[in-house]
Amino acid sequence: MQFGIFTVGDVTTDPTTGRTPTEYERIKAMVEMARKAEEVGLDVFATGEHHNPPFVPSSPTTMLGYIAAQTHNLILSTATTLITTNDPVKIAEDFAVLQHLADGRVDLMLGRGNTGPVYPWFGQDIRKGIELAIENYHLLHRLWREDVVDAEGEFRTPLQGFTSVPRPLDGVPPFVWHGSIRSPEIAEQAAFYGDGFFANHIFWPTEHFVRLVGYYRQRFAHYGHGTPEQAVVGLGGQVFMRKNSQDAVREFRPYFDNAPVYGHGPSLEDFTSQTPLTVGSPQEVIDKTLTFRDHFGDYQRQLFLMDHAGLPLKVVLEQLDLLGEVVPVLRRELDALRPAGVPDGPTHQARVAASLTDAGSDLETSSR
Amino acid sequence: MTTRTIVVVSAGLGQPSSTRLLADQLAAATARGLPAGTQIITIELRKLAHDIVDNLLTGFPSPALGEAIGQMLRADALIAVTPLYNGSYTGLFKSFFDVLDSDTVAGKPVLIAATGGTARHSLALEHAIRPLFSYLRAVTVPTAVFAATEDWGSAGSSGRALGARIERAGSELAALIDQRQPAAEADPYASAPSFGQLLHSR
Repeated sequence: MQFGIFTVGDVTTDPTTGRTPTEYERIKAMVEMARKAEEVGLDVFATGEHHNPPFVPSSPTTMLGYIAAQTHNLILSTATTLITTNDPVKIAEDFAVLQHLADGRVDLMLGRGNTGPVYPWFGQDIRKGIELAIENYHLLHRLWREDVVDAEGEFRTPLQGFTSVPRPLDGVPPFVWHGSIRSPEIAEQAAFYGDGFFANHIFWPTEHFVRLVGYYRQRFAHYGHGTPEQAVVGLGGQVFMRKNSQDAVREFRPYFDNAPVYGHGPSLEDFTSQTPLTVGSPQEVIDKTLTFRDHFGDYQRQLFLMDHAGLPLKVVLEQLDLLGEVVPVLRRELDALRPAGVPDGPTHQARVAASLTDAGSDLETSSR
Repeated sequence: MTTRTIVVVSAGLGQPSSTRLLADQLAAATARGLPAGTQIITIELRKLAHDIVDNLLTGFPSPALGEAIGQMLRADALIAVTPLYNGSYTGLFKSFFDVLDSDTVAGKPVLIAATGGTARHSLALEHAIRPLFSYLRAVTVPTAVFAATEDWGSAGSSGRALGARIERAGSELAALIDQRQPAAEADPYASAPSFGQLLHSR
């Protein structure tokens, strides 16, 4: 089981002080968080991708490359990489370079993006979002697996005799997660390729996602990648902790009340009862996070959102220290519950080993 | 035989509310045209007002609002009644329909009605409320019902005219329900395309 953090990279005014960080401070804060994540024993750091204010992470592989140089074990990922408006050729190249620099500690989560104007800025149309995601990923998948690609589609200049360089490290492409909050088509896409499916259920009620993840699991089995239980599932989470529950609620409430996504809406109490948000003691975070498995089955990756709504870096780093105390408990509990045959979170080393085993069994078969 | 369900949406804010009174009379008139046992579910938007605004902000319904939306999805027909404010439906009425998925009322028979101070507002039904339901691809019955304050107290011609109009609208809705198959909630997963269809659909 892998645990980590994901960040949207928003520049938001701290509602308690009125102070707004500069873009420089925010970008450096994201790097600090990643370093802290490794220090406290987390497995994954994932950054969002945005092309409009008030967000800073428009170039994820630049940031992840910088973090790769300052970490040793952390898996560097995205949440999400826009498969609709990025050129799949550039994604193939950027992430392959990153994969080499980071010694394989790289995967990525693909998403469509829901900001309408971003599409035309990159020459696309949001109404074609699903079609773009399908065609672009189909090309990306081939670019990482076929040395020479001929391709022609609706959305991109045709390729004749194109080789994407560098080739994936050890011949094993980065693992891909597909993120969606409501589209069965994307669950279907993840299932078809045997890729991971990430349900970022932090802003919505759990029930909505149970059906989506169930569909992905069922289709994963349909396409012959294993049993439904062996499908690779990631989930979001959002927590704010203090040793005493009341202190957490008191401190977080002004951030909640003014948060960009849900601020000025439901009460903190309603929102925590209706969504995965947990504001309370470390034990409450453990208890609530363990309920995710009850809803979605054994899963492979848990990412927490820790740094939005204008929380200052100092507080975020304190939160990561607390998360570092919570995660070993969750890891122990969830690893103990996970049956044999259900895979662990994907790593480059394990995937290289699996590819060698596959190649070995192919040789055995052909030598008979 | 399947029991039919009519969902009544009342956007009246007063308690008691003349909008709710009109809604109840329309429901009763419709039920008279249908077999006994027809189920009437009334949704008072006043009770869901905060939940509706929260849904606009967060993008998901509270449990109570989610239940109301589920009832709308499963309904065989709707009766939608709003007070008229500034010459149109109230903001609350519109906000409720704004938080529904776009197909929620598509194809459903809908009886539209409104209350207002004087008969001068009555055509708001035709220039504001009927176009809203046309946009939502609902099937509105020809007779829309407007009740002005004076209609409620009148034993004379205007009161009788309201009663007759309620009966006519109710019987039109009942006839539309009677002609149609019972409503079935659409299942997005049952109709989700396979990957082959997704990849080769262009």
